[in-house]
Amino acid sequence: MSTAAARPTPGQTVGPFFGYALPYAGDAHLVPPASPGALWLHGSVFDGLGAPVTDALLEVWQAGPDGRVPRASGSLRRDGATFTGFGRCASDGEGGYGFWTREPAAVGPSARFVAVTVFARGLLHRLLTRAYLPPRDAAEQAALQRDRLLGGLPPERARTLLATREDDGSVRFDVRLQGEGETVFLEHDPPRTP
Amino acid sequence: MGLEGHPTATAPRREAPVADAVPGLPLPALRRGSAPALLTQADITAEIEAEHAVSAGLRARGLAVPATRNDFAPYRSSILRHPTKDPVQADPEAVELLAPVFGERDVHALEADLTATGAGEPVGERIVVTGRVVDGEGRPVRRQLVEVWQANAAGRYAHRRDQHPAPLDPNFTGVGRCLTDDDGTYRFTTIKPGPYPWNNHRNAWRPAHIHFSLFGTQFTQRLITQMYFPGDPLFALDPIYQSTTDPVDRELLVARYDHDVTQHEWCTGYRWDIVLTGTHRTRLEEPAEPGEEHA
Repeated sequence: MSTAAARPTPGQTVGPFFGYALPYAGDAHLVPPASPGALWLHGSVFDGLGAPVTDALLEVWQAGPDGRVPRASGSLRRDGATFTGFGRCASDGEGGYGFWTREPAAVGPSARFVAVTVFARGLLHRLLTRAYLPPRDAAEQAALQRDRLLGGLPPERARTLLATREDDGSVRFDVRLQGEGETVFLEHDPPRTP
Repeated sequence: MGLEGHPTATAPRREAPVADAVPGLPLPALRRGSAPALLTQADITAEIEAEHAVSAGLRARGLAVPATRNDFAPYRSSILRHPTKDPVQADPEAVELLAPVFGERDVHALEADLTATGAGEPVGERIVVTGRVVDGEGRPVRRQLVEVWQANAAGRYAHRRDQHPAPLDPNFTGVGRCLTDDDGTYRFTTIKPGPYPWNNHRNAWRPAHIHFSLFGTQFTQRLITQMYFPGDPLFALDPIYQSTTDPVDRELLVARYDHDVTQHEWCTGYRWDIVLTGTHRTRLEEPAEPGEEHA
């Protein structure tokens, strides 16, 4: 890293009025809904009292089923064929969100996950986390067990990052901003000291 | 729905007992000034000062304090929404070391002109806002998406939940997008937004601002923030602006007037540069992308 790193611009809350600006047609449809091979990745966002957060905005960013990180444009103007790996979804009146996407494959030796960003009214700076996909075979189970992030967390904390398979084949990942079962949020830069 | 946004006349919602001093209060009561339950600006200002003292004390002891604190109670809506545990340090994985790609098919050039969305000209002070998006090492963030949204000149958002009794402008929605150029420069033509009241506390007003959404070259750099205008008298009173507790950091949120951006008999100009966090390539010995500049 350069020694003369510039001071980053601080974050500020997304506020209550992003709803007419950031969502767009097809934002949460990385693939056409219910199309062959599509994955329904869904969940709810909760506050410190366990109440649903109805004005959150989630973004996902992920590799495709081929284990490659997409480099194609077109997330804002979906053509129904190109997998761009990026999606955005405002939470609904029950705090729920959902993406139609593909099962990501692992990129290299790491366990497979979807990178998730959380914004909300009342949240002053965005939160980063990971939704690890349920293992489909022994190799994916092994990858989860040797994952650097999960391995460094107490089991009850690591569990907050494990998305779960529902009976209908969909995958559920709830986000708890605060309190009991609080989701593990990530920081990728060492904290700045004065 | 009760919101922190503008005072509304709708039913109360479930929220923190403390935070709930505000939502659900009928608008007429606010107007009459008969809302004894509401905290005053003096209360909030005192809380802001106390929180700033906490941050300054931690920094003085050499401890890291986030530039913007999620745990910042003067902003009442944060009380039940801030994590209570420290973020976990994680080395970014391959997918996090890249960012979504946006291109000309995602964004039309006209979307950078917020004054061109209606049949006529929006009311207000026409401005150009421009600047560069760079990473922590000063490298331009090229061909990347910048999204903005804002209130109109009267301080009203074109959002169905915004019930501030100020006029909507049929010629202004306040939403724009653009891609940065090869130098990392973005440029929007818009009108200067007005300040507006919200219901964090009694007589609470947000300083005029434009919301900015930014992507870097890595997903870890994802940022949403707000750009403010120089010299705003509401700065000291605003718990959102003040949630960035170091004055040096707060300055980074304020654009500067730039007469070289101002155009003869057309508009005034503001410059605001954005620095995303550093990249991790060096640490992880990632190869540079083709054409990347290493200054």
